[in-house]
Amino acid sequence: MGALSLARLALLCAALGLLLPWHGLEGGLSEATAWPGGAAAPLPALLLGGARWWLWPVLALLALAALPVLRGRAPGGTLTLAGAGILAWVFLMGEAIGLRGLEWPWLAPLLGAPPPQPALGWGALFVLVAAAGLFSAGIAARGAFRADAFIAFLVAGSALLLFLFVFAPLTTILTAAIYDGERFAPDVLAARLAAPEAWSLACLATHEGCGVVWNTLLLATLTATLSTAIGLFFALLAVRGGVRAAPVFRAMTILPLITPPFVVAMALIVLFGRTGIVTTFLWDWFDIPRSRWIYGLPGVLLAQVLAQAPIGFLLLDGALRAISPSLEEASATMGARRFTIFRTVTWPLLKPALAAAFLLGFVESLADFGNPLVLGGDFDVLSTRIFFAIAGARHDPGRAAALALLLLALTFGAFALQALWLGRRRYTTVTGKGDSGLPAPLPRGLKLGASLVVWPWMVFTALVYGIILVGGFVHDIGRGDMSFTWRHLVTAFEVEWQGGPALRGAAWDSLITTVEVAAIAAPITAGLGVLLAWLIARQDFRGRRLLEFMTMLSFAIPGTVVGVSYVMAFNVPPIELTGTALILILCFVFRNLPVGVRGGIAALAQIDKSLDEASATMGAGALDTLRRVVLPLMRPAIITALAFSFVHAMTAVSAVIFLVSARHNLATVYIVGRVEAGEMALAIAYSTVLIVIMLAVVLGIEKVVGRAQIGRRAGTSAARAAPATAPVRAGA
Amino acid sequence: MKAPRRLFGAMLAGALAALLPGAASAQGQLTVYCSVQEEWCRPMMAAFERATGIRVSMTRRSSGETMTQIRAEAQNPRGDVWWGGTGDPHMQAAQENLTVEYRSPMLSQLHDWAVRQAEQTGFRTVGIYAGALGYSYNVPELNRRRIAAPRCWADLIKPEFRGEVQMADPNTSGTAYTMLATLVQIMGEDPAFTYLRALHRNINQYTRSGAAPARAAATGETLVGITFLHDAVTQKVNGAPVELVAPCEGTGYEIGSMSIIRGARNMEQARRFYDWALTAEAQALAEQAKAYQLPSNRNAPIPPQAPRFENIRLIDYDFARWGNAETRTALLTRWEREVRAGAR
Repeated sequence: MGALSLARLALLCAALGLLLPWHGLEGGLSEATAWPGGAAAPLPALLLGGARWWLWPVLALLALAALPVLRGRAPGGTLTLAGAGILAWVFLMGEAIGLRGLEWPWLAPLLGAPPPQPALGWGALFVLVAAAGLFSAGIAARGAFRADAFIAFLVAGSALLLFLFVFAPLTTILTAAIYDGERFAPDVLAARLAAPEAWSLACLATHEGCGVVWNTLLLATLTATLSTAIGLFFALLAVRGGVRAAPVFRAMTILPLITPPFVVAMALIVLFGRTGIVTTFLWDWFDIPRSRWIYGLPGVLLAQVLAQAPIGFLLLDGALRAISPSLEEASATMGARRFTIFRTVTWPLLKPALAAAFLLGFVESLADFGNPLVLGGDFDVLSTRIFFAIAGARHDPGRAAALALLLLALTFGAFALQALWLGRRRYTTVTGKGDSGLPAPLPRGLKLGASLVVWPWMVFTALVYGIILVGGFVHDIGRGDMSFTWRHLVTAFEVEWQGGPALRGAAWDSLITTVEVAAIAAPITAGLGVLLAWLIARQDFRGRRLLEFMTMLSFAIPGTVVGVSYVMAFNVPPIELTGTALILILCFVFRNLPVGVRGGIAALAQIDKSLDEASATMGAGALDTLRRVVLPLMRPAIITALAFSFVHAMTAVSAVIFLVSARHNLATVYIVGRVEAGEMALAIAYSTVLIVIMLAVVLGIEKVVGRAQIGRRAGTSAARAAPATAPVRAGA
Repeated sequence: MKAPRRLFGAMLAGALAALLPGAASAQGQLTVYCSVQEEWCRPMMAAFERATGIRVSMTRRSSGETMTQIRAEAQNPRGDVWWGGTGDPHMQAAQENLTVEYRSPMLSQLHDWAVRQAEQTGFRTVGIYAGALGYSYNVPELNRRRIAAPRCWADLIKPEFRGEVQMADPNTSGTAYTMLATLVQIMGEDPAFTYLRALHRNINQYTRSGAAPARAAATGETLVGITFLHDAVTQKVNGAPVELVAPCEGTGYEIGSMSIIRGARNMEQARRFYDWALTAEAQALAEQAKAYQLPSNRNAPIPPQAPRFENIRLIDYDFARWGNAETRTALLTRWEREVRAGAR
């Protein structure tokens, strides 16, 4: 797309924005009837009325950009200046003049005593989008992004969004680390970062617990390693092992993914707690003494691996399917034995996916809050420590911010290690060249080993989910009262018939909001994520690394910190969102974005760039290439991102606990309240309903979007009993 | 441009859904932050709506979370009334000037402890219920071990309870901090820490939530759980085989409180709720909600299962002194250093 056409579109958008109410409508749509005056006044009315005289430069800059564009020219410098100027001016003035009038007293000589300025609304949103468009058209006209204005707009737009909804809130809260109360104190930061509560190594020599950083690192490393290994074994058996139980496999591995927090932890307590079912059984029959081993590292580890192994499986399954068999075939032709093929061909090609699975496991374990909360016992990790530093009996945001910085450092350490390990080698296996062959069967020893891990794990998973399934329908599973009841479900989801269905159950409100919010957030997350992945992996521009870093940032920050930072950042103008469903959606989008991005990058790493180049050679622009070549090939990544972001939005807890409001409550927050009150049965019953919904949605997404179809020659060997599929159409 | 267009379309749709106006009521509306259990919050709000016609939006969070929320929203408050939850964070909010003074005409009907709570904070908060600290033990587990039933704080440091006592972490739970302060007030600071060090050897886990030990004792995960007694009563009423103990040396208590948030948007309705919540009728709702605290209105019926203050040796708990942020930090630091760091 050319710079001029983007500039025209941007002006159109700005014109629309000048017609809409400039400020947010606190009273909802009922206030919109006052248009074009009152609270719903558009910018021109406000300017002419003199109420917002400090916004005149916005109109002036728009006119400056409009003059040449209407004459059919796109002067780079002018457009860039106008776009950047509008963005900067609107936000600066929004910060400077707030609800109580002037917020920055040092501007008083310039601005006098302006009237209070409420939050930005729809009109402002359109004008700001237009400004971003003008800015992108400007830099594209000056030759950036190979003069492709579309790419420029995508990059500038996503950078702006990431800045607003990831970077800015986080800096707000993290600066607390360097303040002691109101006092600016860098020495306090050093003391906080080096505190023995974080770094103590006392556990090596004495009975004392170790520092919370070591605990966190140990737990995350173990979780990541175990879940990657288990995921790999599952993937190997499913793709190469000739196991016929593939659907069961998938279902079993999807289950932990769609489980709300706390439930697995609760089920583990019911099974392995001191009065747990398994524990009591072992005690009665084998005299194995009862103990509390589940509370602490083992319990948390178990719960996290249960949740993470399926994600590892999903990633590795996709990667394994995408590996071109021709390389393995070549190796076999040259006489390599099965194990040699696996070691020298398959394994190295799996490296990016293994790294991605390990990294995800590691980072998810760092961010996990629910399991350590319920099962942690005395074993403290950073995420819970941060939560209680903020919301505990001793409120200390400075300490929380310092601990959050440590957690952040750990996460980025993991990313750095991943980059180091993968090096600069190439892992492309899907190319446009004629690509076919038979995948090598699994070496026998490996298959046996995998089976020994996979089947017991399946039984274990089934046991845990059996408990969850039963738990909602018996009186009190925690105390072993196993008589059947509908009581919990009725309390939560009662429907009364009074000339029409009336939802009486206590859980309806939160359930409906949760589904709505997740359903809106998921496609946005997946779309934005895949777009960003494509920009980062395929486009070459300055600041690419920075953009990647920003997308990863929100993943690395513990949910509690994100939640509190959102309240602090978006409770006052210029952007006022607390109490709306929008803040929940935004929180989910930017928190789950990294999954879409990482999945997309991993998928793109396997798709040869020559396909893009071929498309470009034949005259397609970036947009066409994206739509017709890249997106179809990225279907698996899109499915994963969609499913994952939906599921994560349904199950997130720590980030949203401070963002929910009376009108927009979420299922998980409701469940937390139930768990706190010791009402495990109701919590489990509600969770069962959530699981059913998520399962339906995940399967539905898969049906609609379709599974990956990368054409391969059909296998004829006994190991691959798949029916003949489409002929070779790789890269189509 | 198609993809981003669709994206913005979806965002617009979401935002529009979020902005849909709620039905306005002639009596106005009220936003309540509720910090007791959900099944008590709901009937309270429903009853208030029926009584006054004011539409209530209620958000339930634990008291620590609500405190964090109110702090974060201080510039542009969203809530009007904060109802329920242990007294310490309410007093802290009063100290930090996050709540406003209101002298309810209902004060004359309240117990002395509730009025004292209000006086200590310059009438920025008021007591709505009280609950004594104590512990509960699991009867079958106790019988299996043939241990004599404990009656006092001193019993819990006996060797037969090794690894069998559970309490919350005072760093994260107001309940456990109340216990810390109670022991210091009963025994004096140094003997109290000697006791806590001895108790530490018998503790199997410091839970994060204050009510968790009651639940653990009910299921037999631990033999003894130190909690507020009304939490244990809830377990017992639900059929758990537990017995409650109000320690013989005397014990402390919490005062569940209520405050009006500074900058409340519906001040008039907030005051009406405040007055209403202090009436005997409103406080009588607690029993139906299986909440067994002592109501603060002298005329409110006391649930028959509630642990009565007459039968418990209550100490004269000095909330102003032990709720103070500096005293708290000093006690918690000492506990962390001398007790928590010790060997089990």
